[in-house]
Formats: sequence, C-alpha cells, structure tokens
Amino acid sequence: MGKRSIIPYGPQHPVLPEPIHLDLVVEDERIIEAIPSIGFVHRGLESLITKKDYNAMVYVVERTCGICSFMHGMTYCEGIEQIMNIEVPGRAMYLRTIWGEMSRIHSHLLWLGLLADGYGFESLFYQTWRIREKVLDIFEATTGGRVIFSVNKVGGCIRDMNQDKLNMILRELDDIEKKVKEIQKTFLFDYSVQSRLKGIGILTKEQVHDLSCVGPFARASGLDMDMRYLGKDAYKDLEFHAITSNDGDCYARCEVRVREIFQSIDLIREAIGKIPDGEIDAPVKGLPNGETFMRVEQPRGEAIYYIKTSGKAFVDRLRIRTPTFANLPGLCETLKGANLADVGLLVLSIDPCISCTER
Amino acid sequence: MVDIKNPVESCEVIEAKDLLVKVLEKKKEGLRLSQICAAYTDGKYELSYSFENEENFDFVTLRVYLELEEEIPSVSEILPHAVFYENEMKELYGVNIKMINLDFENKLYRIKTKTPLLPPEERKRIEDARKSIAEAEGGIKEED
Amino acid sequence: MSMVKKSPWVLHYDGSSCNGCDIEVLACLTPVYDAERFGIINTGDPMQADILLLTGGINSQNQAVVKQLYDQMPRPKVVVAIGVCACTGGVFKECYNIIGGADTTVPVDIYVPGCAARPQAIIDGIVQAIDLFQKRSDEHELLMKNKGKKADLKTKENNNSSDKGNEA
Repeated sequence: MGKRSIIPYGPQHPVLPEPIHLDLVVEDERIIEAIPSIGFVHRGLESLITKKDYNAMVYVVERTCGICSFMHGMTYCEGIEQIMNIEVPGRAMYLRTIWGEMSRIHSHLLWLGLLADGYGFESLFYQTWRIREKVLDIFEATTGGRVIFSVNKVGGCIRDMNQDKLNMILRELDDIEKKVKEIQKTFLFDYSVQSRLKGIGILTKEQVHDLSCVGPFARASGLDMDMRYLGKDAYKDLEFHAITSNDGDCYARCEVRVREIFQSIDLIREAIGKIPDGEIDAPVKGLPNGETFMRVEQPRGEAIYYIKTSGKAFVDRLRIRTPTFANLPGLCETLKGANLADVGLLVLSIDPCISCTER
Repeated sequence: MVDIKNPVESCEVIEAKDLLVKVLEKKKEGLRLSQICAAYTDGKYELSYSFENEENFDFVTLRVYLELEEEIPSVSEILPHAVFYENEMKELYGVNIKMINLDFENKLYRIKTKTPLLPPEERKRIEDARKSIAEAEGGIKEED
Repeated sequence: MSMVKKSPWVLHYDGSSCNGCDIEVLACLTPVYDAERFGIINTGDPMQADILLLTGGINSQNQAVVKQLYDQMPRPKVVVAIGVCACTGGVFKECYNIIGGADTTVPVDIYVPGCAARPQAIIDGIVQAIDLFQKRSDEHELLMKNKGKKADLKTKENNNSSDKGNEA
C-alpha cells in the first residue's frame, strides 16, 4: 500500500495546447482517479443571443472553436433552415460537404501533429503540419480565410467555386494523398511509436455505451456510430461507411483518424464529380418559429445543437453540446490505472477541444 | 451506396415525479444519454433529457416543466456521466437539483455572476426565496 | 548576458481563446512560415522565457494564472497580445464572463490585431518584439552596471567615515 498524493496537471503545460486542469490522485506512479476542473475558457457566448439577431449569430457561433469553425457555422445554419423549412439548393449542399470534409482532413492532420509532439517526435510534428499548410492554402484560395472563413449563411453559401477552382482542389488532393501515405508509415508501423501507443487507455464497447462517448474515440472501440449516416447534405449520394477498429487503445484511435483522412479525400473527389449546377442560396422569408435538435458529425464527434425560437428576430435559446463535452467522462475513465508518464498522451487521444467544451 | 438511416425524433412531456422511472426505462431499453439542457420561458424552466438509439439513431426527448423553486432529483445514480450536464444547469440557471453524485456546488465554471443566463429580475426573486427558506430552517434548529 | 538578447525564448499561453489564433501561432513556428529563423524557440517553462505571447480574452478564472506566469518570467521581458480578443475582448466583449483584453492584467507592449490573426502579422509582431527585447536588454545591462558603481561608491564612503572615526 503506497502513499497517495494529489498532483495538479495544467492549466499551463507544454503538451497541452489549451488550458484544462486535472487533479490526479496518484499512488506510486499509478493514477487512481482524475477529477477535471474546467472553466478557464468559459466565455458564455450563449448569452449573446439577446444582443445579436439570428443572422449575426452565425459569426459568433463560428468562433466557438477555431479548428472546427466551419462545421459549427454549418450546423447552426442547418438548424435554422430546418425550423423555417427552407430548402437549400443542391449546389450549396455539395459545396458545404466539400468544405466540411476538407475541414475534417485539416483537423485530423493537426491532431496527428500534436500527438507526435506529445511523445517527443518533433520532426514528425513539423512534417505533418507542413502537409496541413497545403489544405489551408486551398481554403485561402477558395474562401479568403485560413482558419475562420465565414462562407455559411442561413439559406446556403455566400461564395461559389467555379470549375477552375474545383480542378485545382483535385490536383492538390493528389499531392496531399501522396504525402500522407509517406507519413502514415511512421505513424502506424514505426517500432518506437507503437511501443508508446499500443495497449494504453483501453476502453471496451460496453464502457463506451455506458459513458456515451462519441466520434473517432468511440469508433476505435468498435461502435459503428457516425452522424453522416443520416444522409444530410450530399452524403445521401456518396459512398460512405464509417471506419471502426476493435482494439480500443490509443493506437486504434490514431489508426481510425489516419484512415478517415483517406476516406475524406475519396469523398471530396466523388462530390466534385457529382456537383450539380444552379443557385447557391435560397431566399429567406419571415422569422423562425419552433425548436429543433440538429445533429452533425464534426471532426471530433457528434455535435447536438438545440435551437428554440418563437417568432422573433432573436433566438430564445441556443445550446451547443460539443463532442469533447461528451467525451470528458471517457477521459476520466481511461486515466484510471494509467502511468503518470502517459497522462499527456491519454488527454490528447480524445482530441480535446476545450474551447468547444466550455464555449 | 450509403445505407441511410431515417431516425424518428420525438418529444414526450412528463412530470417531475416520474423522471427517475422514465430515465430507468430508457436505460433498460438500451438507449444512451445524449444531452441534458435547460431553457427558461414565461417564468418556468424547461428541462430536456435526450436519448439516442445506437442502431437506428432514433432521438427521444423527455421534457419536464418546472416552477422556479421546485426541486428535482438527480439522475446521476442511474447515469453517472450526467454529473457534468446537471452541474452546468445548476450553475447557469439555478435549477434546484438534489442529490447529484459529484456536486461541484456552483464551482464547475467558477463564474463571478450567479445564474447568468436567467433574466436579472428572476435572479433576485430566486435568491430572496432561497434565503428566506434557509433562514426559516435555521430558525427552527435554534428553537430546538 | 549580451548573447541572450539575440535569441529570446517564447512562451505561449492561451487564456479563453477559441484556438484560431493559437494554431496560427503554432503554424508560425513550423515549416513554411518558420519564425525560428529569427532565433526564437517555443518553450514551456515560464522561468526560461523572455517573450510572452497571449491569445484570447481574460476571464475571472485565468486572471490569476496569467498574472502568475508574468511574475515568474525574469526581467527584461516583453508581452505581445495576439488577436483581437487579447487586444480588447473581441466579439465576446459583452459576455458575462469576459473582463477584457490582456492589458487588464499585465502591461502589453505590442498588439497584433486580426480574427484569426494571420501568420504574416504574427511574425511582424514577433520581429518587433525581438527588437524591443534587445533594447530592453541593453537598458537592463546599463542599469546593472550603474547599480554596481553606486554600490562601490557607498562602500568607499563607509570605509572613509569609519577611518575618520577611528582616527578621531
């Protein structure tokens, strides 16, 4: 029986990109329990609904998180469109899908780089982010912004992409795919990386169900749940099957995300081949009246937006349930019984986006 | 082609005293808890407990309408990971939830303003009501 | 001491930011926009850092953390506020939990606007911070030298007065 002590972890730590505080109850290098303490990034943006009307709220919602910013704006717009029964034209749906899948590629590449930095492989971190710069160049060429690009509005999209730009995207994607294939050899088959990631932080399928985990974190334990099966936007015409793995450890989570990058590249190619011509926005008449729960698969998992309106220009209630908020109990469960040296990697394996969690 | 799921979304209004039984029923049916949220309209709280089916993505919401000072029991004994949602509701809206498993006592986000999402006039009414209840209980204990 | 000023170390802390400016700061330190060619390195230890990069607004929870980080850094030091949230509070200025920009807690020297701030603007801010840091290092060295001279003068006076006392 060793002596128990409490070690504070965070909010400022070289491995963590964002401030989160964990109190780790430790006995001889093994963690018994972890109690999270969040609230450093809490801005309270849900209170801005009283000051900005439902059109201007798109800009606020996009700034919930800089990494998944496009998907947040898209989810909000789709929620309002469902309340007002607006039918978005086909071309706008395909454009949203293309930008959304590129957003997923950029988010997974970012996570892979941070994971490499987390176990000390700095040159791999730099190589991964260099590939990611190509995706950001595509964003800048098509929308004008690198991380936060407001191209969503209630009713459709603000900008269009002509055929030259779509051909440019196809050329760049070939290059990106070639480079990611070289990088994946190190992430998946290198001996030192495997010995750091295999066998730690295992969660079984029953635990994932009991704790309601979402996203690649849950799919790595064998749960086949992906909101793209709902067939919204262009997904009803595309060939899509969710990627799962059965091991449930950190290596499986890394593998699921690497394979999702290749799947997103194939989905974008298919969407560019099938994109219809036509308008990119629909006219919006009247004010929203009703409520909805809108579910969308963001890069980190399933996000649920609860929007409640009652015929005024200002929304009554906006509640954002982000995927990291749902994965926090899963994190506390994986930390039990882990070594103190693995805490950084385990926190990174849920792909934490603390600014999403605390809004 | 992708096998598209067409989920059924439904909303059921229940009383506060039936909450624990209904939540236990949903858990036994194999549904998972998706989210719990609170809203405020016309002088009452509207709590929504949402459940999701992992096979066909059906979405079921249980809706409870509460008066401002009414008590409601916590579901964290049946669903342990609901503590974060319930602590958030308690801190941001002042919902009177009893017996939460891990009660952060309004220090989950550690905000300086109390119950910031309630309109200011309701905030004062709740604080005065709770103070008078606490004083009444304290008064009875002194008499003993 | 004079060699330190040519390669200052950078500490980056995110206080209630949405992450847009943070990943642009990290993108500055990686290939393509490489800011390390100016001699800086990203460190995680505040006691070894010279330049503090702050993103995001200040709220009641992280005010104490930012103040502690600033106090732990040794002098001379430079503070750069990156992004419009760190300058004034940004689009969240009217939220109930945001007190304001970084200058409500620590003295800021350089403001880099933008939402999210572009890497070109961030590198411009870092280069100006390096110039300011070099100037402050020179002033700091001069101050230390003058302090040393004053200390010598005082000890000489004390010795003279004690000699006079002994003679008397």
